[in-house]
Amino acid sequence: MSVRALPLLFLNLGGEMLYILDQRLRAQNIPGDKARRDEWTEVDRKRVLHDIILTMFNKSFIEELLKPQELYSKKALRTIYDRLAHASIMKLNQASMDKLYDLMTMALKYQVLLCPRPKDVLLVTFNHLDTIKGLIQDNPALLHLVDETLRQLIEVYGGLSAGEFQLIRQTLLTFFQDLHIRVSLFLKDKVQNSNGRFVLPVSGPVPWGIEVPGLIRMFDNKGEEVRRVEFPHGGNYVTAPKEGSFEVYGDRVLKLGTNMYSVNRPVETHTSGTSKNLSSQAQQSIAPNPLAKEELNFLAKLMGGMEIKKTSGPEPGFRLNLFTTDEEEEQAALTRPEELSHEVVNIQATQDQQRNQELARIMGEFEVMDQPRWSASKGDDLLAMMDEL
Amino acid sequence: MVAADSEGPSDPGVRMFRRQRSIPLRGSAAALSNNLSVLQLPVCNLTHFGVVHGPSAQLLSVAPEGVPLAQRQLHAKEGAGVSSPLITQVHWCALPFRVLLVLTSHRGIQMYESDGSVMVYWHALDSRDASPVQAMFARGIASCGHFICVGMWSGRVLVFDIPAKGPNIVLSEELAGHPTSVTDIASEPAQEQDCMADVVTADDSGLLCVWRSGPEFKLLTRIPGFGVPCTSVQLWKGIAAVGYGNGQVRLYETSTGALHVQINAHARAICALDLAPEVGKLLSAAEDTFVHIWKLSKRTESGCTEPSLPQVEHCHGECVPDTQVCGARFCDPSGSSFAVTGYDLAEILTFSSE
Repeated sequence: MSVRALPLLFLNLGGEMLYILDQRLRAQNIPGDKARRDEWTEVDRKRVLHDIILTMFNKSFIEELLKPQELYSKKALRTIYDRLAHASIMKLNQASMDKLYDLMTMALKYQVLLCPRPKDVLLVTFNHLDTIKGLIQDNPALLHLVDETLRQLIEVYGGLSAGEFQLIRQTLLTFFQDLHIRVSLFLKDKVQNSNGRFVLPVSGPVPWGIEVPGLIRMFDNKGEEVRRVEFPHGGNYVTAPKEGSFEVYGDRVLKLGTNMYSVNRPVETHTSGTSKNLSSQAQQSIAPNPLAKEELNFLAKLMGGMEIKKTSGPEPGFRLNLFTTDEEEEQAALTRPEELSHEVVNIQATQDQQRNQELARIMGEFEVMDQPRWSASKGDDLLAMMDEL
Repeated sequence: MVAADSEGPSDPGVRMFRRQRSIPLRGSAAALSNNLSVLQLPVCNLTHFGVVHGPSAQLLSVAPEGVPLAQRQLHAKEGAGVSSPLITQVHWCALPFRVLLVLTSHRGIQMYESDGSVMVYWHALDSRDASPVQAMFARGIASCGHFICVGMWSGRVLVFDIPAKGPNIVLSEELAGHPTSVTDIASEPAQEQDCMADVVTADDSGLLCVWRSGPEFKLLTRIPGFGVPCTSVQLWKGIAAVGYGNGQVRLYETSTGALHVQINAHARAICALDLAPEVGKLLSAAEDTFVHIWKLSKRTESGCTEPSLPQVEHCHGECVPDTQVCGARFCDPSGSSFAVTGYDLAEILTFSSE
């Protein structure tokens, strides 16, 4: 379909991932001086976000991403996010990573579906980037990276026509087709029905550039209006108040793509009984060649630059649990429906040594903050207990 | 908000159209425009439905009362490329001596016998024309006499000459008229006068080209767009009914290019238009979850020798809750029943007023 959809998909999913991880880490935030050695602190949270954002907005990574290319498979995307999530000291078990990815994809599906105009997908992307900037206010180098990405997006997408944006939207919706995982936050806010489908409101402002339906105008051969008739259109619409800004800085007006998670709202997903259309899902996961050769090359190129963070110590990383307890996480892994299994391919990104050295050199040019020396006692058997509210 | 009628009994509780039995699909419908094709076969009391799922399309044979009888899946022919090719449209083309099923994708054009059992022709997209910044695809299908017209991502329209039977299909002409990707093509049987247009092509910029078919197609009129893609087009008695990405339906007189009717019909992009030509009914469906039915007519201004003015009346509106509609068609020549597909929906919804 569209050869311009991948950057929007990647950046928005990445944004959602950061929102969720940030919320999860904040929820477990223990004041530094009171924290035991195995508990998450504010410093840890900032470190994780910093590392992921640094990797995600790497200059050559973004350049590679912005080249016109087809959308890659779900497997390929999932593999990238697995690596991205592990770009720092944080570790996620399979079940938590699955849940994280489910939340990310359903959130973006909702945002793309509800976009008033196809072009508004760009505003959603800008919302994600604006909010990401809010998470790294104290880091000018990172802020600059994100701003650079914003500028490049404006350059690539600023000149696209409405027809091209419509194709991008159709391409993104194809990627999300048949995903009906229920998200508790969406169910509670009544934006998703219990069958997993999103609510499409028929009231409120019409998209910018569209007139409120209900009017028929008839013209004669000279172009003069001769008659006006109203008809009952069935909805309850009003005119759009104003258009969102497509500049580097500005009021986006649209709320889609802003952070809907807050510390006090735990988010659950329900995967049982959601997927009725097994044929389409099954066909993807039982393919003998999980990734096409081109996809492997692409991933190797991109992820060659992700091998930058090597934490020291024999047991690197803290584990983050996206569930309330370890038992719940284990249970989720066991009961996950077959058709929703996100198979991840292990890629040896060191295949192309020379290229990786080059990318590593490029990565090394960025200012990297001092890596704290984690003591060996901070093993990976960490529990993140969330207070249920 | 459900149905809204403008005609019919004054009792608001009585609706003109009622939901009928849904027809289940093997795979959900893809988020495309014009994603439903219907072949009515009144002689054998059957209706065929065609819906694009993604890399495959599904054909269904349905008996009266919506009872599904048979189904078949067709796939886009593979070719060079990263992912499996996606189908953009599936459409039945009624020709003088046969009916062919045409399938367009990101790799080319496939033509089948009407039940989809045998592929009679394959035309691969020319990769030499490929641009690195644009995806290649074919989209927009219509039959006109013994020709089948198919649109391309480049704006060109391929015209195929179809023999009365057999696979000897020949690419007769390549029409240049559109600067951007073709979205839809419409045609109607040639009218009485020789100079009447019988084919209209539309593109992403909203531009319409009006043609007269023949061994060499002739471009008669160009109707400029206004920066909004034209997503669907129909042709009725020389009137082009056009659906746009801004939810408007417009009626143009093809001989003059004049705009005669502008309807603020929908709150989102229109995804499909269909005609019941015998009764002049037009159906519009959009991503705003609504389907509207309109009655078209032509009215002559008294004492006027110019072409008669198209008129339109709203007949019925139907809301398909929480469904981003992607295709809609009348199911019978009198326009008293219609079918709807929606993105992510694994069934065809049907409505009838009988």
